[in-house]
Amino acid sequence: MSTIVKEKDIVIPGDVLAEGMDYLPGDNTYRRGEKIYAKVLGLVSLPGRVIKITPLSGPYVPKVGDKIIGRVTDIAFSGWRVDLETAYQAMLNVKDATSRYIKKEEDLSKIINIDEYIIAQIINVTSQNLIDLSLREPGLQKISGGRIIKINSQKVPRVIGKQGSMITLIKEKTGCEITVGQNGLVWLRGSSDGELLAEQAIKRIEQKSHQDGLTEKMQRYLEGHTQ
Amino acid sequence: MIHNKDTILDLAAQQKRIDGRALEEYRQPIKIETGISWTAEGSARVQIGDTVVMAGVKLSQDKPYNDTPDEGGIMVNAELLPLSSPEYESGPPGPKAIELARVVDRGIREAKAIDLKKLKKLCLTPEKAWFVIIDIITINDAGNLFDVAGLAALAALRSARFPTVNLETGAIDYKHKTSTPLPLLKEPLPVTVYVLNDALLVDPNADEESAYDARLTVASDADGTISALQKGGEFPLSIEQISAILDLALEKGSFLRKELNKAVP
Repeated sequence: MSTIVKEKDIVIPGDVLAEGMDYLPGDNTYRRGEKIYAKVLGLVSLPGRVIKITPLSGPYVPKVGDKIIGRVTDIAFSGWRVDLETAYQAMLNVKDATSRYIKKEEDLSKIINIDEYIIAQIINVTSQNLIDLSLREPGLQKISGGRIIKINSQKVPRVIGKQGSMITLIKEKTGCEITVGQNGLVWLRGSSDGELLAEQAIKRIEQKSHQDGLTEKMQRYLEGHTQ
Repeated sequence: MIHNKDTILDLAAQQKRIDGRALEEYRQPIKIETGISWTAEGSARVQIGDTVVMAGVKLSQDKPYNDTPDEGGIMVNAELLPLSSPEYESGPPGPKAIELARVVDRGIREAKAIDLKKLKKLCLTPEKAWFVIIDIITINDAGNLFDVAGLAALAALRSARFPTVNLETGAIDYKHKTSTPLPLLKEPLPVTVYVLNDALLVDPNADEESAYDARLTVASDADGTISALQKGGEFPLSIEQISAILDLALEKGSFLRKELNKAVP
């Protein structure tokens, strides 16, 4: 008739989180009989009577509205195939790529070529998990220069921080432009030292994402390195 | 796989690297463990940065080759396991696996590192000789497989001990090892120097390895004798570049040798 785990406990799949009917199974948990079990490796959160788990690892699952970074792998008849480092196929259609008129015989590789990276938004995910992308929003573009790093997509919220506090901090201290894709790809552009420091900072957040007071720790870390 | 090729090339022109290392700096940690497999006569697991390679040495008795009746032999095989990189598939070895095996093999063979005549003498069955079989498998490929594999092969050779042989029947008892080490005359270590936008660098990470113009693997002994070379990549090398590469490779070779001596006395 009670919870067995506490807030922020680390649990592994199959761990019993609570017994009895006082609690409800939330994200990444399930009920079997009287008990609630963990479905993934992660941290417990107990807002009210629902038990949820914030996963520590796992694949990226595409959602409509997500801003992502992907690499163009192929040019098809009417668009580009894009690799988002997920299990699913993504497609950027010509009509969603630019607001200008593209002539029938135009060479699509002149607009975006294979192996180039784009920042795009997911506008549709079909029931077959085929992803449609769009570039027709402010801030969405083809990437040039800088560097791209990959982090665990489950750590993206920590890299961004509450109301973007963490990412603003890194941008300020390193002088880099930073775009974090929900799929775990991060684009950095700035001075070469700034890019390196930003990359190390982001990797550090990924490693220490479960700790409390991370923003303050990162502030001290970055200040120690920018002196 | 993420390529930051343009950024890597731009940084190389300024004598910088994408992970902030100096051009001639190896990644850390450098870990060398031996005796990781009790079924092999010698074994090693070597890690440089995120690249991990295991090597095993097996000793077997076989008939010598017809053209060298008084010598044993060496065989080197390399396997790029699919778990070590998204680029590798299971199946017969591809060009990359064959090159890796050949580069390690050439370093050991051409340096005359193992006393092949002694392999014959140590074998008590008259018509047979000992054969040294080195197997290299990659556990994680994060760049610079040549150097890591060469280091692993040498560490495994150093730790190898002959199995006991029944004097009456000639049967080999692999479960009990003697204290006799392999007859190692020289200890060649390969160092690969990469040319990237005219900058010379060692120990590339996976991204840098996908961006290089040319590379030269130099296997050298403790006394600085060069025993084998292997050139790769599409770009040519000038004579000045090659002599700069050799200097750097010899310096880094003695650095890796010190690491090896620390781990496997």
